[in-house]
Amino acid sequence: MIDRLLIAATRFLVGGHARWQGCAPEARQRIYFANHASHLDTLILWAALPKALRRVTHPVAAQDYWGRGPLRRFVALRVLNAVLVDRTARHDPLAPLRAALARGHSLILFPEGTRGSGAEPGRFKPGLHALATAFPETELVPVRLANLARAYPKGAILPAPIACLAAFGAPIARIPGETRHAFLERARRSVCALGDPA
Amino acid sequence: MTQTMIVLFGGITALLALASLAGFLLARRAPSETVANLNARIKAWWIMVAVFAVAFAVGRELTIALFALTSFYCLREFLSITPTRPEDHRALVAAFYLVIPLQYWLIWDQWQTLFAILIPVWAFLALPVLAVIKGETEDFLPRTARIQWALMLCVFCISHAPALQILSIPGFEGRNLLLLFFLITVVQLSDVLQYVFGKLLGKRPVAPRVSPAKTWEGLILGGLTAAAVGAGLWWITPFTPWQAALMALAIVVAGFFGGLVLSAVKRSLGAKDWGTMIEGHGGALDRMDSVCFAAPVFYHLTNYFFAS
Repeated sequence: MIDRLLIAATRFLVGGHARWQGCAPEARQRIYFANHASHLDTLILWAALPKALRRVTHPVAAQDYWGRGPLRRFVALRVLNAVLVDRTARHDPLAPLRAALARGHSLILFPEGTRGSGAEPGRFKPGLHALATAFPETELVPVRLANLARAYPKGAILPAPIACLAAFGAPIARIPGETRHAFLERARRSVCALGDPA
Repeated sequence: MTQTMIVLFGGITALLALASLAGFLLARRAPSETVANLNARIKAWWIMVAVFAVAFAVGRELTIALFALTSFYCLREFLSITPTRPEDHRALVAAFYLVIPLQYWLIWDQWQTLFAILIPVWAFLALPVLAVIKGETEDFLPRTARIQWALMLCVFCISHAPALQILSIPGFEGRNLLLLFFLITVVQLSDVLQYVFGKLLGKRPVAPRVSPAKTWEGLILGGLTAAAVGAGLWWITPFTPWQAALMALAIVVAGFFGGLVLSAVKRSLGAKDWGTMIEGHGGALDRMDSVCFAAPVFYHLTNYFFAS
């Protein structure tokens, strides 16, 4: 019920339609990784997935934003099905993500870690590499979110009704012997390569 | 009034039924991509006419709300493919959440003078102020111009259609909704007939680089037929048959140029359609482009020559 309302509101205000360019919405175990420009990113990517996939896909959200306040927390955990990570944790912050993958579920990840401000995504944090190595069977699907920085930039209170798009690319391969740095850069470029799908 | 509406919408229903039948027969005899698109368009027309009929039946308030929603969708389509910057966010929020409701509230309130200057004067001055506070000078002029153009076309121009209800025409009191019907019927029929004649007989494109589908044959035959239908509708207007024909012709010409100008805008932004909202047609703005130009022209011609 709440998820339907949230999707209706998302569609009305910011669209959030999916464009499956390099792969189909199939029930495989995947790590979707996308550029991060806005707090709406999580919502848009979640709303772009078909219902059957939403049930087994967990957006990875920052504890310090989505965990704050009972309403946000409720939406993050109960509606979006999110896994919250503590960005300041000393101990292993990836543990809850590994647990979700170990159950055979998929993840939505924003490897920049924080919202970028430029047109192109910033450097990727190593978490994606660690998960990709630990779970070699998962597909690594790049996603490019377009228009979000305009619809809901940093510091904004209301989202402007600009249609946002989620373009899903072809899964990137794992190359044996590739360094972590090279892998992360290749992953970042695969997101850039999806262009601005406006 | 109610009886007139029943006759008018009955006529449109008959026309659509005929179109659906023709589309069905075409699809059986010679199925092609064009025919499939034609049938998608006809199907979308049924929905659009139904929405319009409900709004008309309920009355003034709902037609105003319907056009406000149309402006909202058109503006969203326009600004979604127009490059602005995150620094324009406040101006965009103001355009969507303040200017649209205010413009249509002014129509409801019949505040004719402020309705005419809200966007060309007040929004024109206020929106760049909201953007300049952010201090980003890159592309400032193009960004400001884009937002203003978007508002003028999608909100200011389109709002002139429901604003026909504020005109006070001696001897025509209480029937202004029929003027809106006249405008929308002529402008949309002109689009449809230009498309049909263009597909059947079109050879010479008017502006091949802007819109290859618009041909002289389609424009002249479709436009004249639509003007003739407009003349035939004189009895629902305050016009004589000849005046109705000239008004319809003005609507046709303005609508044609509206389509042409918005095609050029679309192309300069690198898009083929404004959106995907209406199956077969593209976006809402693909259906409203001719209304953008025809509505203010018809509004002001009627105001100048017929209103008190």
